[in-house]
Amino acid sequence: MQTTKEAPVKMPLDDSNPLGRPDFISVKDFNFFYGKKQALYDINMDIPERQVTAFIGPSGCGKSTLLRNFNRMNELIDGIHNSGDIRILGKSIYDKGVEVISLRRSIGMVFQKSNPFPKSIYENVVFALRISGNSKKSELDECVERSLRGAALWNEVKDRLHESALGLSGGQMQRLCIARAIANRPKVLLMDEPCSALDPIATVKVEELIRELKQQFTIVIVTHNMQQATRCSDNTAFFYLGKLVEYADTQKIFSNPSEKQTEDYITGRFG
Amino acid sequence: MDSIASYSLGFFNNDPSENTKVIARSLKNRILSGICIALSLLTMVPLISIIFLLLKKGLPLLGLNIFTELPPAAGMAGGGFGNAIIGTLAMVGIGLAISGPAGILSAIYINEYSPASRLAQAVRMVAKLLTGIPSIICGVFAFAVVVMATGTFSAYAGGLALAVLMLPTIILTSEQALMGVQSAYREAAYGLGATRFQAIARVVLPDAFPAIMTGVMLAVARAAGETAPLIFTALFSQFWAKSLNEPTASLSVLIYNFSTVPFPHQIAMAWTASLVLVAFVTLANITAQTIFSRRH
Amino acid sequence: MPAPQRDIISQSGYRAGPDLFKILCQGAALVTVLLLGWIIYEIVESAWPSIQKFGLDFITTSAWVPNRERFGVLPFIMGTLASSLLAILFAFPLGVSIAIFLSENFLSPSIRQTMRFVVEMLAAIPSVVYGLWGIFIIIPIVKAFGDWAVASLGGFPLFSGPAYGNSLLTASVVLAIMILPTITAISRNALAAVPKTLREGTYALGATRWEAIFSVILPTAAPGIVAATILGLGRAMGETMAVAMLIGNSSRLSWSVLSPSGTLAGLLANQFGEAQGLQVNSLMYAALILIAITLFVNLIGEAVLRHTQKATAGIR
Repeated sequence: MQTTKEAPVKMPLDDSNPLGRPDFISVKDFNFFYGKKQALYDINMDIPERQVTAFIGPSGCGKSTLLRNFNRMNELIDGIHNSGDIRILGKSIYDKGVEVISLRRSIGMVFQKSNPFPKSIYENVVFALRISGNSKKSELDECVERSLRGAALWNEVKDRLHESALGLSGGQMQRLCIARAIANRPKVLLMDEPCSALDPIATVKVEELIRELKQQFTIVIVTHNMQQATRCSDNTAFFYLGKLVEYADTQKIFSNPSEKQTEDYITGRFG
Repeated sequence: MDSIASYSLGFFNNDPSENTKVIARSLKNRILSGICIALSLLTMVPLISIIFLLLKKGLPLLGLNIFTELPPAAGMAGGGFGNAIIGTLAMVGIGLAISGPAGILSAIYINEYSPASRLAQAVRMVAKLLTGIPSIICGVFAFAVVVMATGTFSAYAGGLALAVLMLPTIILTSEQALMGVQSAYREAAYGLGATRFQAIARVVLPDAFPAIMTGVMLAVARAAGETAPLIFTALFSQFWAKSLNEPTASLSVLIYNFSTVPFPHQIAMAWTASLVLVAFVTLANITAQTIFSRRH
Repeated sequence: MPAPQRDIISQSGYRAGPDLFKILCQGAALVTVLLLGWIIYEIVESAWPSIQKFGLDFITTSAWVPNRERFGVLPFIMGTLASSLLAILFAFPLGVSIAIFLSENFLSPSIRQTMRFVVEMLAAIPSVVYGLWGIFIIIPIVKAFGDWAVASLGGFPLFSGPAYGNSLLTASVVLAIMILPTITAISRNALAAVPKTLREGTYALGATRWEAIFSVILPTAAPGIVAATILGLGRAMGETMAVAMLIGNSSRLSWSVLSPSGTLAGLLANQFGEAQGLQVNSLMYAALILIAITLFVNLIGEAVLRHTQKATAGIR
């Protein structure tokens, strides 16, 4: 709460979407196609603010595709199209006036495979500030410390900020990518299987971090690991063959799913 | 503040200075894309110009007599360059006869017999370096080895120069072709009790054959267009060749010789020869690509 | 059990054929390796009288007068360097632009495919055809530009008059077009080798396409692009026919890009056919220098390229 208040970015004044409204991200009748192949069918869901929402489901079920629509990353691919709408705080992300670079700046993203730039740790963190023309040293320094602390990496790297990021361990690299993603003070953090390439110890650290970060960010996480979903998410959505099968409180999904397909999946009968 | 402005640009912020920055960044992005596209499209200009001129200046003289008659003497009209076409084919043929077996066998050695050996590494290294050697050096080499020894310019000398030129291309593409054969095929052949030779001859080579032919055709296309290695090895001849051991005409040297004379008819013939040469090289390239794509 | 053993022995007897084939392949490989040495040996041997007579003066003097047996190739070395560096100056921005054009998706795949085809066609056109085209198209353009440049910029040594059509500038412009496919192809590979995850990471932080290109994609691909440029330089230095037809083949040293010049390869092309005695030896010496320069440039280019491939493998 504190951090959000300090942020220079202002909350929208539109009072039909007051901050704290539960449906922070809302997906309406959303269909998505790669060329002729339909990947998502009529998705409707509301994602609440400052909670962790997990997307689960077998490979190719569309969970990553939906995640990548929240910051319009799918638009990097040729031949995609969609229908329906995705609104964040009531604002359509497909609105004509929305510049995709502003949208992505407001939404952090962490990928399956850590992807630090071949630059120093410092330059990785301040990347987004630099490209938007901010080069005030005091602000950059402040941002580096705040972001690295936020990603629980500060103590490990504070003495080698200007060394190459490629010298870090796998877990450290992934936390650096989290630091880089939160450097812009986004409102939403998208995580696409952030732990699938990490060893168990590094995974524990990142999961702790996720629980920590939800104080400040609305987090959506795609995961293959059901234990991970139970450990760190508040809500869970189960996708199957491009459809949203069930979406509920994590505890309910894992203890008492209402759909047969969900139960089959979480009990390991398929997928 | 009107509603559009409050909706636009910054997704969670309506800071006007931030919005101006975003507009400026997007504009810069578009300008750079425009520059990049313009620079790239600029490349089409020379190609279109070359093709246009080849057709405009080369087509008028193109007829059957071009292929059957001898080059006209300076300032004379008529004639053709039948001897140059045959000379080019003969010398590319000699080059292929030497570099084809040598290149493919080398490739078999470095990919099938001992890929990690010093000799194999040396072959790869030398092949890479040979591709970087100027083509005229191949001519200098053939001049030293054949012309100086026999005392005459000849198709043999030209063919040897082209062989040196083609060899690295054939080795490197054949190696790639052999590498493309799944090792499961080899293992299956050994599993059935085949000797190494049988595995190579019956399984590996047939599978890699189209890709090897692609490499060979690419080498042929390149050799056919080369002038520098021939200019002082095969030299030129106004007449039909009686043997391979005498100065021999080629299309590319004919273009070179005729392009610098002051006679319009000869210059027109240089364009026609260019058209024929480009057509032949393009055909060889297209053949190479279709052989390859048929397999994949 | 002696019987099966004999079977194995008879089988290995059957292998005599394949072993011959291996020896054949090994022989071919050996010939390939020795070929480079053989080329250099033949050229050194034929150049020897000239090497003995002129020594290093051959490289540092600038008189090339065959009938008085005076041979110095300094102007041709300078011409080779100047024409290929100038060609790189033109070809680098174009080549990198096309490589970006081909590896990014701001235009439809069919347009990119067309562009790729254009570049491949440029690589397929024979050198002598470029020469012929240059005589008819580039020479008049450069002459017109030269007359204008001498009139308005003649104060600069680079543009001092009189302006010729057959000039260093003409040769460099055509060379630039000829080495464009080399630079484009290798640069494109380097750009395509930038991991997708790195691009996504950049865009996810709100970078525009060109911010991503300049801040992450180009720096990551930079060593490959450097290698492409060096290998393009190597090609330009050895390119013969088009240059011989366009550069004017003068052995006079000049600062002006509008003056005729000469290159080592052009010298060989022009004089070998009719050379006698010491002139042949001296041309062989010139060929040796050309080999040395191009081998050196290509070795550096290949080394950078190999280093690049290792480095990119590290990021992945």
